[in-house]
Amino acid sequence: MQHLLQLEDVVIRFALRFGDLTAVDGVSFALDKGQRLGLVGESGAGKSVTGFSIINLISKPGYIASGRILFEGRDLAHLDEEEMRDIRGNRISMIFQDPMMTLNPVLTIGEQMVETLLAHRKFTEDECRDRALETLRKVHIPSPEKRLSQYPHELSGGMRQRIVIAIALLADPALIIADEPSTALDVTIQAEILDLLLELCESEKTALILITHDLAVVSQVTETIAVMYAGKIVELGSTEAVIHTPMHPYTRGLINALPGSVHSERRLNQIPGMMPSLMTIPPGCSFHPRCEYRMEVCRHQVPDLRYYESFGREVACHLGEGLFGRSS
Amino acid sequence: MDWWRRFRQSFLLYSFLRDSVAIACSLILIVLVLVSFLAPLIAPHNPYDSSSIDILNAEMPPMWMDGGSPEFILGTDSQGRDMLSTLLYGMRVSIIIGCLAVLMQAFIGVVIGLISGYLGGRIDSFLMRMADVQLSFSTMMVAIFLGAIFQEAFGVGLYEQFAVPMLVIIIGLAEWPQYARTVRASVLAEKKKEYVEAARVIGLRAQRIMGRHILPNTVSPVLVISTVQVANAIMSEAALSFLGLGMPVTRPSLGSLINSGFEYIFSGSWWITLFPGIFLVLLILVINLLGDWLRDVLNPKLYKG
Repeated sequence: MQHLLQLEDVVIRFALRFGDLTAVDGVSFALDKGQRLGLVGESGAGKSVTGFSIINLISKPGYIASGRILFEGRDLAHLDEEEMRDIRGNRISMIFQDPMMTLNPVLTIGEQMVETLLAHRKFTEDECRDRALETLRKVHIPSPEKRLSQYPHELSGGMRQRIVIAIALLADPALIIADEPSTALDVTIQAEILDLLLELCESEKTALILITHDLAVVSQVTETIAVMYAGKIVELGSTEAVIHTPMHPYTRGLINALPGSVHSERRLNQIPGMMPSLMTIPPGCSFHPRCEYRMEVCRHQVPDLRYYESFGREVACHLGEGLFGRSS
Repeated sequence: MDWWRRFRQSFLLYSFLRDSVAIACSLILIVLVLVSFLAPLIAPHNPYDSSSIDILNAEMPPMWMDGGSPEFILGTDSQGRDMLSTLLYGMRVSIIIGCLAVLMQAFIGVVIGLISGYLGGRIDSFLMRMADVQLSFSTMMVAIFLGAIFQEAFGVGLYEQFAVPMLVIIIGLAEWPQYARTVRASVLAEKKKEYVEAARVIGLRAQRIMGRHILPNTVSPVLVISTVQVANAIMSEAALSFLGLGMPVTRPSLGSLINSGFEYIFSGSWWITLFPGIFLVLLILVINLLGDWLRDVLNPKLYKG
């Protein structure tokens, strides 16, 4: 069966003065219609760049060096600007982190929604208005008629993020890429927004890529999870399995670092060291300097992403299933 | 009347009503603009009508001085034209040229600034170097150069006929880099904001993002420099006319009036130069003061204690 979205060995480089920097190094994953994937990792792991590569909007000097991004059977990495514009906001839309910034301060909500529709549909002014109202109702915005003539500064953060989601939904996309959609909001609103996203993806059968560094968020919303470290996927599997029985030492470290509710008076665990900068990625497994299980082979050989059938997931680690049986 | 309600509640109006300098300046400006545009109705004489001019009335002093006549309130110039009427007509010419030239500057400058800032790269470098080259010639030099060429090419007669559009083009071409630079600077700042990225993600065309998303966010600096530029353009026009490269003496502007009186200043007819001078200074002063006020209002970071 053809996947909705399939990334095959995508490499993204940034052309800098002293040479190219590899930000994303051979990422592959597939997403089916209505499926929800979480892309997790530290800052600089390449999550957002991967997200932007899907709509081919990597900011300069970044570029897709190799690999294929198949969406509904077309390779997005090689579409021309005109064809790409028809996909953006229409088949694939994107939600950003900060709703204060993603709405234009000088245009009303209605103007911004109508504009999005007109860019992709041959609608009349009235049809646009109806469609905008309908979508605003879908995201549970109170008195939507009034909102259309309001400016972004008249609304609260949570309300604005709802509007951003409504704009993303306007053209019935097949895929939504949400780049840290709840990070800039306070905790109670975060939960509301995530519930809303989940609800909408389920009811509209929209696929979702959720980019975040927050494991709790991912476990709430997604079915699959891909953990990224230094530009590579290190573990990919069903969210539940990965969170309960992490196989890669990095994933395990991330999960152990979460504040638990059981041992309340314990120091939080942390992974020692920092993620290497893209200029100084160590040879071999890029995680080995911070890994407590490192072996000689880790220093020289890059581990491949291997599929472990009994665990139903892909992991890039020389230890493989050997991590089980070792206590952390 | 939604916009009227918005206007009445706006910070712009609020701070205007609390700034006596701004109120006084705009009152003076409104009066000056009104009297100059109503000149054909309120001026006692028509200075363009040569049949009504009597050379015997030349160089009459203002009415309150010896030899003055109540018919000519501010006296007459060397050809016997009523100073007050000529002055009103001249101010109208000056204001029209100033505003049109600024419109032209703004149009060229905003378009180039938007393209330059948004596209960046080689196009940006090329356009900005063009602006640098343009700025490295002084406005006066460009204007004198172009004016002289036009006069030479088409003859003085035709030049006098097309003096207004000529001056508009000359002054407009000479000062566009001011706009281009200002707009480019704010486009560069706006371009990095996420709403521009969001607009690209929505799948909008570059022209639309520039025109509808970025341009409205750069309006306030454009408004502020526009006021200053109107004053500058009026001054440039006056200076050119004073040098004899602007409006002909038959259809004088404030600058050419000052010039035509300049020759008679030592023979005692100071009023021919003084009155247009006063009006020119007044006009430019109030426009600049209003521009200062506008800048303070539109940039809340510049609070004055």
